[in-house]
Amino acid sequence: MQFFFEVLIAGLLSGVMYALVALGFVLIYKASGVFNFAQGAMVFFAALTAVGLQEKFGLSIWLSIPITMVVMVALGFLTERVVLRPLVNQHDITLFMATIGLTFFIEGFAQLVWGAEVRKLDLGIADEPIEAIMNSTGMLVSKFDVTAAAICGVLVAALAFLFNKTKIGRALRAVADDHQAALTVGIPLQHVWGVVWGVAGFVALVAGLLWGARNGVQFALTFVALKALPVLILGGFTSVPGAIVGGLIIGATEKLAEVFIGPLVGGGIEGWFPYVLALLFLLVRPEGLFGEKIIRRI
Amino acid sequence: MIYREAGQFKTSYEKDSQIFPIAQDRYAVVALLLIAFVAVPLMATPYVFSAILIPFLIFALATLGLNILTGYAGQMSLGTAAFMAVGAFASYNFMLRIEGMPVLVAFVLGGVCAAIVGIVFGLPSLRIRGFYLAASTLATQFFVVWCLTKVPWFTNNSSSGVITAQQIEILGFKFDTPQEKYLLVLAIVAIMALMAKNMVRSTVGRSWMAVRDMDVAAEVIGFRIMRTKLTAFAVSSFYCGVAGALYAYCYLGTVEPEAYNLDVSFRILFMVIIGGVGSILGSFLGAAFIVLLPVVLSVIVHYTGLPNSVTSNLELMVFGALIIFFLIVEPHGLARLWQIGKEKLRLWPFPH
Repeated sequence: MQFFFEVLIAGLLSGVMYALVALGFVLIYKASGVFNFAQGAMVFFAALTAVGLQEKFGLSIWLSIPITMVVMVALGFLTERVVLRPLVNQHDITLFMATIGLTFFIEGFAQLVWGAEVRKLDLGIADEPIEAIMNSTGMLVSKFDVTAAAICGVLVAALAFLFNKTKIGRALRAVADDHQAALTVGIPLQHVWGVVWGVAGFVALVAGLLWGARNGVQFALTFVALKALPVLILGGFTSVPGAIVGGLIIGATEKLAEVFIGPLVGGGIEGWFPYVLALLFLLVRPEGLFGEKIIRRI
Repeated sequence: MIYREAGQFKTSYEKDSQIFPIAQDRYAVVALLLIAFVAVPLMATPYVFSAILIPFLIFALATLGLNILTGYAGQMSLGTAAFMAVGAFASYNFMLRIEGMPVLVAFVLGGVCAAIVGIVFGLPSLRIRGFYLAASTLATQFFVVWCLTKVPWFTNNSSSGVITAQQIEILGFKFDTPQEKYLLVLAIVAIMALMAKNMVRSTVGRSWMAVRDMDVAAEVIGFRIMRTKLTAFAVSSFYCGVAGALYAYCYLGTVEPEAYNLDVSFRILFMVIIGGVGSILGSFLGAAFIVLLPVVLSVIVHYTGLPNSVTSNLELMVFGALIIFFLIVEPHGLARLWQIGKEKLRLWPFPH
C-alpha cells in the first residue's frame, strides 16, 4: 500500500509538470482559438536558451533566466506579428498547421544557435527525498518535484489573478468569447494576442527550466507537448483549472498504469495509456471536465 | 483559348456523368499516364526512381487517403502513419503465413486490415470533432506502433523488430529493379487515384462532403452520420494501408514499426494542406512538393559548403518557414493555383 502511495504521489507531481505545459496551450487556445502546437518547441527553445546563455557567455543562471524571459516574450510577440496576423479569419486547421510549421522553424533555429547536444541544467534544487516525510511515513518524495509543484501552483494562482482581476485579463476573456464583439467595444485585438503569446512564452520558459533540470535539456523536450494533449482533452481546452486537474489525473494514472498494469502486457504503456484514457473519457464527456459545453446550431 | 469547353455538348447521360467531362482533361490525363508509364521509365536513372519517384507515388497515395478523410469527410487525423503500418505489417504476415499468397492480394488484404483498424479508431469521431479528434487519433498512432513493437508475432519473432519484405512476384514475373518497382507502384497508384476521383463524386463522396460541411444539417436531410463517417475512415485507412504496404515492399525493403512514426503522419498532413484540402490533384502536388523540397534544399545547402549539422537545422527552418509562407500566401494549396491557372487559360489570349 505504501508503494502504491509512493507511485501515486510521484505521478501527481509529474502531472503538475504536464499541467505546466498544458497551461501554455490553454492560454493561447482560450484567447485566440489557436491550437498552438509549437508550445513544445517553445519549451525546448526556452530551456536551451537559458542553458546556452550560461554556457557561451558565462552568465549565472539568475542572470540568464531574465534574459531568456525577454527573448521568449519577444518570440511570442514576433509570432503574433509574423505568423498569426496574416492568417486572421482562416480555418482553425490552417492556423494549427501554421503552428506546426512554426514548430519546425523554432526547433531548427534553437539547434542552429545553441547546438544539438544534451545539456545539464542546474537550478540548485536537489533531486533527493525530503527527510521529514521519509522519517515520519517512510515514503520517498522528491524535493525537486515538490518545489516544481509549488512553482506551478504560484504560476497558476498568478495567471488566475491575471485572467480574473486585471483589465488585461478581462480583455483576454472578451477576445476569447467573441473576436468581433471585442473589437467593436474597442479592445485592441492584436495587442491582446501579443500579450497572450508573450505570457505563453513565459510559461514555456518555466516549464522548460523545470523539465530541463529534470531530464536534461535535449530535443526530447519537444515531445512533452504531445504529453500535454491528453491533459487538455481531460481538462477541456479552455479551462485553466482543467489543465491542472487533467495534469494530475494523467500523471497519476500514467504512473500507476505503468507500474501495475505495465508488467502484464510487456511494459512501455506510458507512451499511449494517457491517450487511450483520454479517448475513453471523450466518449462520455466530449468537452472535457471543465470545458465549455459545445452548442451547435444549423 | 487552349482550355475551353465551349462546343463540347453532352448528348447522353453517360457523357454527362463521365469522370472527366471536359475533353482537354481527358487528353491531359491520358498524356500524363503515357508519360509516366512510357517516357519516364526510359529516361530516369535508378537514383531518381528509388529516391524521388517511388516515395513520391507512395506518399501521394497515402496523402490521397488522408485527403479523403480530412478533405472530403472533414475528419482531422494525425494517425495516418499508424494505418500505413497496419497495412504493411498485415501484408507481411499474409505473405508469410499463407502459402502461395499472391502479393497483390496481400496488399489488398493489408489495406482491408487497415480499414478495420480505421473503423475501430474512427468510432470516437461520432462523438467528438476538431482538435479533440486530432488528439484522439494520436492515440492510434502511439498504440499501433507500440503494439507492433511489443507483440513479437507481428514481426515473426524477429529479435530486432525489423521485418524484411518478401520478394514481389506477380504471375512469375519478379520485380527487382527500381524501374520495375516504379511501374508496379505507378499502376497501383494510378488505378486507386482514378477510383478515388470517381468515388468522391458518387453518393458516398457527396455524403462525405455533406457531413464535412455541417454534420447536423446532413443528418437532418437524411444522411446516416455513423455510416458516412465510418466509411470515410474505412476507405481512407484502406488507401493508407496499401500505401504503407508499398512503402515497405517497394521503397524501404526492411522495415521496423518506428518507420511509421508521428513524423510520417505529420509529413502526410503537410502534403494534404500544401497540396490542397479536398482535392485529388492536390494530393499529388502536395506529395511532390514535400518529397522534392528536402532534396532541393540539401542540394542548395550542399553547394554553400556548410557543415552537416548546420544544414540539417537550416533545412528544418526553411521547411517550417515555407509551410507558414504557403499558408499565408495560398491557404487553399497548390491545387488552387492550378485552378487559377485554368481560369487564365480559358480566357487567354483575350482576357477581357
